Amino acid sequence: MFSYYLDLALRSLKRNKVLTALMVIAIALGIGACMTTFTVLHVLSGDPLPGKSARLFYPQIDPEDMDGYEPNKEPARQVTWIDGMNLLKAKRGERQALMTGGAVPVQPAQSGMDPFFSDARFTTADFFPMFETPFLFGRGWSEAEDNGKARVAVITRSLNDKLYGGNDSTGKILRMKDTAFRVIGVLDTWRPNPHFYDLNMGNYSATEDVFVPLTTARDLRFERNGSMNCWGRGGGDNEHIETATCVWLQFWVQLESADKAADYRTFLDNYSKEQKALGRFQRPSNVRLSNVMEWMDVNKVVPSDVRLQSWLALGFLLVCLVNTVGLMLAKFLRRAGELGVRRALGASKREVFVQLLVEAGVIGLAGGVGGLVLAFLGLWLVRLQPADYASLAHLDISMLLVTFMLALISSLLAGLLPAWRACQITPALQLKSQ
Amino acid sequence: MMLQIKPILSALRRHKAGAVLIALQTALTLAIVCNALFIIQQRVAHLSAPSGIDEANLLVIENSWADKLSKEDADAQQRADLMVLRRLPGVQDAVASNSYPMRGGGWDQFITLTPDQTTAVGDAAVYLGDEHFMDTLGVKLIAGRNFRPDEIRPIANRENVMPPVTIVTKTLADKLFPDGSALGKPIYAMSNTPTTIIGIVDVLQTQSLADWQMRNAYQSLIWPMRLVGNAYYILRAKPGQLAMLRKEAVKALYAQNRMRVINDDGVMGYAEVRQKAYDSDYGMAVLMGVICVVLLAITAAGIVGLTSFWVGQRRKQIGVRRALGATRGDILGYFMTENLLISVGGAVVGVLLAIAMNLWMVTRFEMHRLSLFYVLAGVLLLLLLGQGAVLAPAIRASRVSPVEATRSV
Repeated sequence: MFSYYLDLALRSLKRNKVLTALMVIAIALGIGACMTTFTVLHVLSGDPLPGKSARLFYPQIDPEDMDGYEPNKEPARQVTWIDGMNLLKAKRGERQALMTGGAVPVQPAQSGMDPFFSDARFTTADFFPMFETPFLFGRGWSEAEDNGKARVAVITRSLNDKLYGGNDSTGKILRMKDTAFRVIGVLDTWRPNPHFYDLNMGNYSATEDVFVPLTTARDLRFERNGSMNCWGRGGGDNEHIETATCVWLQFWVQLESADKAADYRTFLDNYSKEQKALGRFQRPSNVRLSNVMEWMDVNKVVPSDVRLQSWLALGFLLVCLVNTVGLMLAKFLRRAGELGVRRALGASKREVFVQLLVEAGVIGLAGGVGGLVLAFLGLWLVRLQPADYASLAHLDISMLLVTFMLALISSLLAGLLPAWRACQITPALQLKSQ
Repeated sequence: MMLQIKPILSALRRHKAGAVLIALQTALTLAIVCNALFIIQQRVAHLSAPSGIDEANLLVIENSWADKLSKEDADAQQRADLMVLRRLPGVQDAVASNSYPMRGGGWDQFITLTPDQTTAVGDAAVYLGDEHFMDTLGVKLIAGRNFRPDEIRPIANRENVMPPVTIVTKTLADKLFPDGSALGKPIYAMSNTPTTIIGIVDVLQTQSLADWQMRNAYQSLIWPMRLVGNAYYILRAKPGQLAMLRKEAVKALYAQNRMRVINDDGVMGYAEVRQKAYDSDYGMAVLMGVICVVLLAITAAGIVGLTSFWVGQRRKQIGVRRALGATRGDILGYFMTENLLISVGGAVVGVLLAIAMNLWMVTRFEMHRLSLFYVLAGVLLLLLLGQGAVLAPAIRASRVSPVEATRSV
């Protein structure tokens, strides 16, 4: 029966090519616009560390003085050196890491290569196991190397390709800012999106190329990058930022369960109170603890333009659907005579209804294919944009299926009213006027 | 004409679904188009805001030193660099600074009128530069004086010193001293040391152009300091020399000292800076424009399709009317009026939808209130679109000959 309906649908669609084309194009445009924007939204609001992100937490404490104090205002989004080191050394989490972004002048040993700057991350030992970074060669460093301000570095696969032709470079010497470092590990391709662990570097920026122990970086006065917020008499000069009243470091902690997270929050609260008693903090304790996805929300990581575009695309699809409903209504009602004959020859209302829905579905599928082509085109245009997330805009399998489901469902919805109206035709009346 | 409205309404009652669909489509399109036009206007206004500098002739070079330099060495190297750059043929002037307008972010400073004030009067973008800064960027001094060479001091990155004098933009001066008495007054930038306003410049864009920074637009200040170490060299080329300077300036700098890093993307003309700064605005405006055009086209196609169907359905009735003495004009008028009635109905709903949509965007996307002008423009646009779309089927209807009345189908 279905194949017969399909045959009928195709015949009917062929009979009025312009109208069919109009409906297919309308659905294709709506679906194409929706899928382009939804894919971008989907990519941008993705989980950077699936399976792990719920167990990684970003604590916030309020170390500022009473200037500009408002109760329960969001506390600083980074920590000072002193607080960061205290939290790190307290080891209250399963794992914890303190970090900042930076830049290092790399001086290649090869004679033909000019020195260049690489983005770097100055961090502590747990960074690698906590974020489950994949290693191509070697390993990360240990706490002992943190404490010993060891001259060791982990580099990414792309820098390894550039400097060492992709060979195992562990044990090799890498000169940075006139200092010799030993490469101890090479990361395999790793680009969490968003760049969740430090959003000051751009929400979707690429992973840094060089990783160096934080203590070493400070020892050598490596240039740090990112945001720094000072209060009181704090100044951010590079010599004294360990003692300055400035926040400039990110601190992450891994907590295995909700209970542990609650415990950690209590610990942060107690820590704030203790620091206040000591006179270091002035404000009442105000602590927050967000997991990765919550932290992305707090920072409004997904650009509002992208969300706005998604809503607009949805509105666009709605107009296209209303348009299709109108055109289908015209098309089905025009065939009142033919449908009357079918009804008179014994087809039930239900059968006519299903027949018309099949026709709507065929239009939907054709629109879906067109929409897919348009979505590919749209995403290609998005990738041409200079935004830092542009290169991530690719259609994956799940979005591909969503495209077809959306096209089919929306065209069936659009077909409901016209098909129902067409079923209400009294066969006798149609036959009479013939 | 007026007499026709009643029969049209009773005819519309017979095909409610189609009429409601056209009205609904008009309403939705109106709501989206109004808001899209408004977004386009906002973005275009944002990206055509003047920067106050001689963009056509400016070149920015990001320079970093490859090896460790003491402050004194870095200072000496920078002086040598600036000397080389200023002597280059084709260069009108050059300056070293911590940043440049429209960079997309950078050093901001809370400004207060007394040292113990805790809430800022204004938030200012900080530019460091010597007495060549204004001439290089092409900024216009409107009151007071420029820095003297003896007022300039070199500072290292993130060194915390307060210069005794400063030059501010007119916008900042007016914000701090609304009575226009800014010249000669001290201001404080989170420090006990005052810095005195000695000059006021006309327009100088800030570094950040982000929406949330727009309340601080054009609030900039210049401090008589030269940032030694890694800095931006800003060059003002003589007219027509910019393209040549791109290569020559970098070559001259490397000839002065090889131990430096200038990345390929670290050399930018202002066309690129502007493009980078405003790209999302531009993209959004273009996207909104495309959406408007496509939506209007789809809506027009829908109206044409449905009206054609109605014309086909009513050929016989049209024939009867013609046989009974209706002119072609009457038939044309009938379909045009019918569409106008539906469109007006849709427009009323559409205006409400447009305002509701805008209010929702105000809360969700920090959008401004929709001005009535865009609503009216949208209404007019859609009424015209409806009339235009209905014209072809209506003309076809008017050509139906009275003989049709006698045919059975």
